[in-house]
Amino acid sequence: MQNSIIDIKQLNLYYGKQHILKDINISIPAKKITVILGPSGCGKTTLLRSLNRLTELDASVKISGEILLNGQDLLNSTEDVTTIRKKMGLLAQRPYPLPMSIYNNVAYGLRISGRRKKKFLNSRVEYYLRQTNLWDEVKDRLKEPAATLSIGQQQRLCLARGLAVDPQIILADEPTSALDPHSSRMIEEKFAELKDSYTIVLVTHILRQAKNIADHVIFMYMGQVVEQADVREFFENPKEQQTKAYLQGQFY
Amino acid sequence: MNGLKVIYNRNLRNRIHLSWMWISLGVVFVLPLSLFIGLMWKSAILLDQQSLIDLLFSSEWKPMAGKFGYLTFIVSSVWVTMISLLIAGPVCLLTAIHLTQYAKSWVLKIMAPVIDILAGLPSVIFGVWGILFVIPLLANHIGPFFGKSVSGYSILAGAIVLSIMIIPFILNILIEIFQTVPKELSEASLSLGATRWQTIKFVLLKKSFPGIVSAFGLGMSRAFGETIAVLMVVGNVVHLPTGVFQPGYPLPSLIANNYGEMLSIPMYDSALMFSALLLFVVVLIFNAISRLIILRSSR
Ligand SMILES: Nc1ncnc2c1ncn2[C@@H]1O[C@H](COP(=O)(O)OP(=O)(O)OP(=O)(O)O)[C@@H](O)[C@H]1O
Ligand SMILES: [Mg+2]
Repeated sequence: MQNSIIDIKQLNLYYGKQHILKDINISIPAKKITVILGPSGCGKTTLLRSLNRLTELDASVKISGEILLNGQDLLNSTEDVTTIRKKMGLLAQRPYPLPMSIYNNVAYGLRISGRRKKKFLNSRVEYYLRQTNLWDEVKDRLKEPAATLSIGQQQRLCLARGLAVDPQIILADEPTSALDPHSSRMIEEKFAELKDSYTIVLVTHILRQAKNIADHVIFMYMGQVVEQADVREFFENPKEQQTKAYLQGQFY
Repeated sequence: MNGLKVIYNRNLRNRIHLSWMWISLGVVFVLPLSLFIGLMWKSAILLDQQSLIDLLFSSEWKPMAGKFGYLTFIVSSVWVTMISLLIAGPVCLLTAIHLTQYAKSWVLKIMAPVIDILAGLPSVIFGVWGILFVIPLLANHIGPFFGKSVSGYSILAGAIVLSIMIIPFILNILIEIFQTVPKELSEASLSLGATRWQTIKFVLLKKSFPGIVSAFGLGMSRAFGETIAVLMVVGNVVHLPTGVFQPGYPLPSLIANNYGEMLSIPMYDSALMFSALLLFVVVLIFNAISRLIILRSSR
């Protein structure tokens, strides 16, 4: 694929003896929204987490194959894993604000990268809070614990803190599943804006969401990639039998 | 008819549950309160004769002459407790971090019951261990290393034995606390490019700070009140200690060694009750302070 930012080649992943990801070969286009679809337990989260190497926290995980980011292999990289992780912002299924103030949540990534200047931090924090439509809601309570925000606000805060480390890619694992419809829509709209500057990989169970915002779709089933195609192609003219069955709601 | 009976039974059961709740609640409140009042009442005779300041800040302990200055005992207790906590604190923190964050999961699976068993050992065993190992170590190696000839029976011996005793106790609580921190939270920090250690410092320790404080607070209460293990190695000499190699005489030892004896001395009974009261109040304050910190940081 032209313009792909991530190319995964022959990726296999085991939890102990369990074979979770099987011969994954996919390409993720740059500055587009790629949606990963598939029934529960098929390995979507695992695939997403292997991208920023969170899977290696689990000692029982064995992984082989290549994950190329701009042509460089992430799995066998000599680069520091923290540098690799900074290239990707992670948005989880539920928001997990860090146990600190709203301000410090956004400044966290910058601080651990050694940015300490108050003025710089202030301007960055404001910038990213504005970018996630949060600034007006929180500008008077930046010092308050992030846990005091509503769930929807917390999720936007998590997005802001992820953007603050200036990643190239946003990894989002069912980021709206814990949110109310309004907050969900806000996140979706944000993603549609953000794809001008970021590559977004989104896991979702919601077909409507996928249809609305995806450019590219990857369909997984039992640890394998069954089909990958542009969004229109995927929904209007699916090639594989399993994809058709899934789209007709025969399994979830 | 049958339905009515069920409802009636349920009501009765509810009532029984309720009354049990009230009784246990009552016991929980009344017991310590009556203890406190009893101790106050018993030590009132002493408090009538000597001012509180004199009692707390004089080290003159001459029961025959009716002079009761508690400074020696208070200082001994504070030293033994503080030093034991100074030893146990870092050990517990680092061990708990290692076991929950770095070690393979089977290590924790093996260690958890071991720690449980250690925490449940009767304290006299720790006392024996102190006499067999700590005392000779202090007398033959550590003392001479600092150019001192010492018997080994000392504040330091008491503190070391105590620290070994409270380590499993504190460790148990810390491990539990660290395990309740969701791993997604650590992953959030890691995915922002933080190192393992930064994540531990800024997320794990921060999140569990109130729990850590309460664990140490409880450990401190435990150490302050521990009697037999300390009594066996601390020397029990009524002399204001000025160094850790000197013998001390903590409050619990005072009570344990003397209660039931020499009660013919006037006021001695009352004096021992007063030391029990001191113990009671200090432990109460430790607890209150740790709880206050928890309350303030959880807001
Ligand atoms: N830490 C782990 N240890 C062992 N097995 C795991 C672990 N995490 C996930 N798995 C297994 O890997 C498989 C894929 O899980 P994964 O979470 O990637 O699925 P998913 O597609 O994200 O599902 P869902 O849509 O329900 O979130 C499942 O069978 C799961 O049981
Ligand atoms: Mg998942």
